[in-house]
Amino acid sequence: MEPIIRFENFGFKYNAQQKPTLYDINLSIHKGEKVLIAGPSGCGKSTLAHCINGLIPSSYRGEMSGSLTIAGKETRDMGIFEISRHVGTVLQDSDSQFIGLTVAEDIAFALENDCVALPEMRERVAQAAKLVDISGHLGHAPNELSGGQKQRVALAGVMVDDVEVLLFDEPLANLDPATGKQAVELIDEIQKKTGAAVIIIEHRLEDVLHRHVDRVVLMGEGRIVADVSPDELLSSSLLRDSGIREPLYITALKYAGVEIKADMAPASLETIKLTEEQKEKVRAWFSSRPEAPAETDRPVLLEAKDISFAYDNGHQALKDVSLTVYEGELMAIAGTNGAGKSTFSKLVCGFERQQQGSLSFKGRDLMELSIKERADHIGYVMQNPNQMISKVMIYDEVALGLRTRGVTEEEIGPRVEEALKICGLWPFRNWPVSALSFGQKKRVTIASILVLKPEMIILDEPTAGQDYRHYTEIMEFLRELNSRGITVVMITHDMHLMLEYARRAVVFSGGRVIADASSAAILTDSEVIRKASLKETSLYPLALMCGIEDARSFVQRFIDYEREAVRK
Amino acid sequence: MINIFNYIDRPSPIHRLTGATKLVCLLLWSFAAMLTYDTRMLTALPVLSFLMFYISRIKLKDVSFMLGFTAVFMVLNNVLVFAFSPQHGVELYGTRHVLFSLGGNYVVTKEQLFYHLNLVLKYLSTIPIVLLFVCTTNPSEFAASLNRIGVKYTVAYSVALALRYIPDIQREYHDISQAQQARGIEMSRKQSLSKRLKSASAILIPLILSSMDRIETISNAMELRGFGKNKRRTWYMGRKFSKLDILAMAFCALLLVISLSLNVINGSRFWNPFI
Amino acid sequence: MKKSPVRTIVAIGIGAALFFVLGRFVAIPSPVPNTNISVQYGLLAFMAAIYGPVAGALIGLIGHALIDFSYGWGVWWSWVIASGVFGVIIGLVASKLQLADGIFGKADAVKFNVFQVVGHIVAWALVAPVLDIVIYSEPANKVFVQGLVGGVANLVTTAIVGTLLCVAYAAAKPKKGSLKEEE
Repeated sequence: MEPIIRFENFGFKYNAQQKPTLYDINLSIHKGEKVLIAGPSGCGKSTLAHCINGLIPSSYRGEMSGSLTIAGKETRDMGIFEISRHVGTVLQDSDSQFIGLTVAEDIAFALENDCVALPEMRERVAQAAKLVDISGHLGHAPNELSGGQKQRVALAGVMVDDVEVLLFDEPLANLDPATGKQAVELIDEIQKKTGAAVIIIEHRLEDVLHRHVDRVVLMGEGRIVADVSPDELLSSSLLRDSGIREPLYITALKYAGVEIKADMAPASLETIKLTEEQKEKVRAWFSSRPEAPAETDRPVLLEAKDISFAYDNGHQALKDVSLTVYEGELMAIAGTNGAGKSTFSKLVCGFERQQQGSLSFKGRDLMELSIKERADHIGYVMQNPNQMISKVMIYDEVALGLRTRGVTEEEIGPRVEEALKICGLWPFRNWPVSALSFGQKKRVTIASILVLKPEMIILDEPTAGQDYRHYTEIMEFLRELNSRGITVVMITHDMHLMLEYARRAVVFSGGRVIADASSAAILTDSEVIRKASLKETSLYPLALMCGIEDARSFVQRFIDYEREAVRK
Repeated sequence: MINIFNYIDRPSPIHRLTGATKLVCLLLWSFAAMLTYDTRMLTALPVLSFLMFYISRIKLKDVSFMLGFTAVFMVLNNVLVFAFSPQHGVELYGTRHVLFSLGGNYVVTKEQLFYHLNLVLKYLSTIPIVLLFVCTTNPSEFAASLNRIGVKYTVAYSVALALRYIPDIQREYHDISQAQQARGIEMSRKQSLSKRLKSASAILIPLILSSMDRIETISNAMELRGFGKNKRRTWYMGRKFSKLDILAMAFCALLLVISLSLNVINGSRFWNPFI
Repeated sequence: MKKSPVRTIVAIGIGAALFFVLGRFVAIPSPVPNTNISVQYGLLAFMAAIYGPVAGALIGLIGHALIDFSYGWGVWWSWVIASGVFGVIIGLVASKLQLADGIFGKADAVKFNVFQVVGHIVAWALVAPVLDIVIYSEPANKVFVQGLVGGVANLVTTAIVGTLLCVAYAAAKPKKGSLKEEE
């Protein structure tokens, strides 16, 4: 059968860049196949996606070499509109992809552009909406929908045309764990119904492998490093070498000395076959690890008591929330969108004022302090650094908070220097912010908060959208800050982050605190997991599979082992 | 988050009119009110518009917030007109009937008061109908309507995009300004004007630069789904004209004709009771 | 980079949305009690300097009309049109600048400000008052003083906010350069 997409010795170089972004790409994808394209940031996987959906060369100019055909035709002769008849793309940013004022209009968008008549349009919109199970929300505006629902709308919006290829660009990046799992299931279901080829670009390997994938194409530095089945991939060392995180259960098995082979079907916990001998190895490893040390008692830093808060529109965002943050902690606040975790941090920073309850910091009532005064003790770092940076030069950006406080330039100099050094930005002190990578910009925003010498910082989704390497970089940096005595509170729905970096997590749901325990305990508690739209860690079923009853301790020991042994 | 179009969905004949009809009517009505200063016409139009309000089932309390703004604006404008030009009425109507003097040039005349009456009537002729349009038109229909009355669909779509992204941008502005306040950015009166503007820039720059990035993503998303492919496009929210629509437009066209005829009959835009 | 027509359409939509949000919700107290300063003209000048006169005109028209609609005081067409005219005039500077490529030097800042000053004078000291007289028969001295006061305030905000935006935008564009890490 003729492949629907065929790359032959394909290469691409952007006009604005000196070196090519893609080299020697040879890849064929057939109808009905499901292919995962993985690789670290900057490996060229987004560029490859742009080549497939026609944004290259329509929107981004550059030189192509070799051949790329879709349905047997060279793409350079096709134009974006012709390509989009074959390839439907679901973008990572579902807010930007949601163009219509309501769900129905957005799904209809492609049909409107094709001048489809109204009666037929209504029918096709209804069908597509049904396919992705969003029929009940046709009249809703985007801000009335959750992230997962917006993604369904985006999918319906490309399904209204009978495309042969569905291309997903980082579909999991903005979803909470449970919704991400549902998205993977939905994609699988849609593919079975339509028989289209599915291409998923994603670096969250374990989450995508929740459902069957035919092939994984691993990319690195603009080339295809591997094009193999998931089982083969997991039984090789390719992932480690290219900076992609392998599934946690695979890592755990390796720690226990189990050699992963392709014939064990390791792609999923549902298929993996472990011999009794291998299970024994896991059990032996478990009993050989020491129990987790008890937490030392720490003095209270921030104490919230019975806080209730409703927005002007009457929405009760928090109800009787009590929560304590201890000095020198590194902890996580988790929960779905709208669970109240962001509202809580707004109250702590003074952006909003609670209607009931009290907030104290080191025993002092926070109500006495203005936003600006609180910021001297509690720093707040937004998720997207681009939303905080307002100066051209790094130095000025970091100095901003001191200048608005009337600190003299003589004093500002050394304080900015110190903050830049802590954040590893000293070599770049005379650079414009724009020359930095995303992760470095994040550090600039953290430096601009640290310069005010807060005792505690709150970070909103510190690692959102980052690949494993950058994620590790940011988190190790936060850990280092923490070891300097700064209390770190992270608002997140990233489970790896909770598990690996936060000893303690507080979970919000429906405006209340529903759990306050160790991360390992939370991610093995099915009730909390369900309510907070989290996902149980794959270590948990692995432990059960191997006959370890105290699965929670298994998870805890795994994390402790990683922290001690591996990180060094 | 305010609903800028303040659309209130109630079953009424006015709601049933298509967006395009309402837009055409709004324009015809506004021109009819704008072009004349005939007091009789300017009295008839508010009466008619209040009748429309009654039909539309929109209550006074639904629009009280907007009426507040309008009242302030109207009073302010009248005061300004009198302060700057207390004899404007005399100039317009050509006669001078003094009522009393406030000192200096500020002599109150019948002509001036009559001019102010006309000015107020003019507000009352146009504002209720704009409010009515805003309250009874589904924003989703707006772009389709613009396209229907001859605006290019690409331009009509940019209006739809503006309506779509206003809530997002508003939220983003709010978040950014809070985070910057924590760093000590203030826009209060305590600071000098140029400082205030620079503070504003500390919030505006991140807001606007991140919106510029958004332009690229949105236009990619639109092109990937075929926007701009053809010379025309259809609209999911488009509707066909009914008899009621034709009737409404004909009625508003008639108003414009009356307004123009009055100008011809009066020999000027003003109806002058002083001669 | 090539500018597709779709990108300009989106720029108009997003520009009008920004114009609306800034005009409606960003309250910077002015020296005159109870009045606020309109920062949206700084934004309009900046967008028009990138996307040209057509985009400038439409951002001004749509943004201003939406603000008037949302207040419910009737669309004050004379001032809406004046905003559009300002957008056109400042948009004419676009072909003389290379802002989209991230270039904005001192000479460019001067050009930008010459156009914005001319634009504001024409819009507020000419178009708006003349239309007020023609459409609403308001007294000439009142509308010209109103236009002048408004025009001067807009001119000052555009000079500060607009220029700062251009500088920040140009600086944020990645450029190949001679950046070196320092010890």
